[in-house]
Amino acid sequence: MGSVDNKHLNTEVFDEMQTAFGPRVPYEQFYEWFKSENHYQLRKKPKELDKFFRKTGITFNVYGESDGEERLIPFDFIPRIISELRWRKIETGLKQRANAINAFLSDIYGNQEIIRAGWIPEELISQNAAFLPEMIGVNPPGGIYTHISGTDLIRVNDEKFVVLEDNVRTPSGASYMIENRETMLHMFPELFTRIPVKSVSNYPEQLLQILIASAPASATATPVIGVLTPGVLNSAYFEHAFLADQMGAELIEGTDIKIIDKKIMMRTTQGYRAVDVIYRRIDDNFLDPLNFNPNSLIGIPGLFDVYRNGAITLANAPGTGIADDKAVYSFMPEIIKFYTGSTPILENVETWRCSEELSLKYVIDNIEELVIKEVHGSGGYGLLIGPTSSKKERAIFLRKLRANPSNYIAQPTLSLSTVPIMEKKGLAPRHVDLRPFVLMSPTEVKVTPGGLTRVALKKGSLVVNSSQGGGTKDTWVLEGV
Amino acid sequence: MLGKTAAGLYWMCRYLERIEFTTRLLDAAFRIALTNSNDAKSEWGSIILTTGNKASYLELYDEYESTRVINFLLREKSNPSSVLSVIETARNNARIVRTALTRESWEAINECWLELNSSLRRPITENALPQVLSGIRKQNALVRAALDGTMLRNDIYNFLRLGTFIERADSTARILDVKYYVLLPSLSQVGSSIDFVQWESILRSVSALRAYRWLHGNQISSKQIANFLILDERMSRSLTFCLQKINNNLFYLSQTYQREFSCRTLADTMFKRLQHVSIDKILLDGLHEYLITFLSNSEALNKEIETNFGFYG
Repeated sequence: MGSVDNKHLNTEVFDEMQTAFGPRVPYEQFYEWFKSENHYQLRKKPKELDKFFRKTGITFNVYGESDGEERLIPFDFIPRIISELRWRKIETGLKQRANAINAFLSDIYGNQEIIRAGWIPEELISQNAAFLPEMIGVNPPGGIYTHISGTDLIRVNDEKFVVLEDNVRTPSGASYMIENRETMLHMFPELFTRIPVKSVSNYPEQLLQILIASAPASATATPVIGVLTPGVLNSAYFEHAFLADQMGAELIEGTDIKIIDKKIMMRTTQGYRAVDVIYRRIDDNFLDPLNFNPNSLIGIPGLFDVYRNGAITLANAPGTGIADDKAVYSFMPEIIKFYTGSTPILENVETWRCSEELSLKYVIDNIEELVIKEVHGSGGYGLLIGPTSSKKERAIFLRKLRANPSNYIAQPTLSLSTVPIMEKKGLAPRHVDLRPFVLMSPTEVKVTPGGLTRVALKKGSLVVNSSQGGGTKDTWVLEGV
Repeated sequence: MLGKTAAGLYWMCRYLERIEFTTRLLDAAFRIALTNSNDAKSEWGSIILTTGNKASYLELYDEYESTRVINFLLREKSNPSSVLSVIETARNNARIVRTALTRESWEAINECWLELNSSLRRPITENALPQVLSGIRKQNALVRAALDGTMLRNDIYNFLRLGTFIERADSTARILDVKYYVLLPSLSQVGSSIDFVQWESILRSVSALRAYRWLHGNQISSKQIANFLILDERMSRSLTFCLQKINNNLFYLSQTYQREFSCRTLADTMFKRLQHVSIDKILLDGLHEYLITFLSNSEALNKEIETNFGFYG
């Protein structure tokens, strides 16, 4: 039996699995399997999954919780399935975007041709807190700034995926992409013998390859790679350890490192050894207390000086935040056009820049229809969702908006697509987004098929962030479908 | 390998070994409590002394009462050497060295932590103690088995083994010293009358009662027991046995790293001393003095290992 609840299928929202006439093509084989399964047993799976995750230690720490309690990111076992056809477009779009962003960073910290050419306003960069003046004139090894990006996409209809956000600082989630698949393979091996799902397991190997390929010229033939973590208490520590483990890289903290003869050295059991590439999971600000935030206890004093001299690769480069800034985001179509000469394959979400007078007026007049975001906010904080807000909330937000309009952008309320999750009563549609991971070296750009699907577990909710009750799903790209 | 990783591996195993020892001590004390109520109170006190917790225990309680001691050693959060605190630290070390462990080993430690947290969630009654202790030992054994069965025999393994045997030698020396103090305060009494219950408890606390009987039948003498626990190289918790293992692992490390280390010289001296001394000589010079010297050498060795392999910055 397939207890599919079609009643709340909103006609405006695109459900990726179901139509009134049955499952969509990519889901056909899965649905067949699903119907034939014993649903009493299936409903027990979430508990088993919890146990499995706890056992393997796939947990994250929540700041401020008592006793450093560890939590699980809820996982729903109904996969999110994308056809190869749709994926191909996403993939080329992501590659185009990654190339454009890297070129943009190189230009912005170099000659600033795009400003000279008048394609973007000068103050967008010079007045932007995410712009890192220390990076001006610095040449990252191999010319790569964004070795790893995690672009957030949302799907608005059958054909259209649009970019919600570019994450090119220290995007996280790749370990969950891999572990979600591992979990599915463990729980439902028969699915993978029946259905041709593209593998995601070589992500760590590819990550290692692009890091090696981005090593500085001074590195030896087998560059030493380190993953720099803030430490075991960081909320994403599991991921840091996981990726280091899978790559066979060293998992280092600031306290393991010393700068000797202008080189980054790590303390080993056999004395100090050189490190060539640092995949850093520490924000720019905390990276180097001598050059940036002097109060940082987790960074490496003097790291940036070594970087400036070209003796170490940092992945990603410092200063990449300017490229995923929300104000810069609204210029991404121009940026892509300027550096690649073609129109964006993946569109942006329509965005009003409140810094512009006409836009600001539009936003104020239509506040009930729009989502208004702080330019530097992240993780779903600092935003107003017009349609679900109260009059009072809107009044407070309006005051903030009028006081500092350039700190805000606005977007239409989006109809994020839905994918069902397994609830006690059967399948129930929930909103999802998608974060594919793009890897870039001086010679190639690679995209792992699929990515991390985040799902809002509350009915009707659009907030998918794990810090606010979102969960994840395994994401399948089908071979040849 | 990072110095920090070596430190994590070493301490992870020290902590696991410490859990093992605490549970065995509790087990032995519990048996005494069952068989001889006169000795019981002093026995609960003596295991607090053995684990080096006298001061912190007396801060909380005035007397050595069984359930208090049990819960203090198993689950008291303010006691950094309670089993619950120690497994937390051991697992934290495992998380730090996650990249140096096989998936099976990591999961075994993680599960051990999960299980102990669940079995020690509520206060432990005397009735429940045997089952709880055997549960803890079982989890610990699973970790050992995973390490033994899946880890590569390289420098990573050497640091694990070093931690295990440094801690084990330490534990054996401590229990002997505490019992020696309690039972045989002066040399004249050594070798004379013997309290069977007490000596049996020593053997139990190092899981060696059966092994001792295989070797010596029912002839229980304090001299033979001391010999067994200090010098018998067949006994897996004797000082000689532990030192031999420490020595071997340091030898492999110096081979792997193609360097000589001062800690190895120190361990070698300690080992040779054990090989060339007789139990009569140890007793004549004073068992307590001997053990105190051993413990301070062992601490020096620990420090030497920490510096030689760059454990800390």
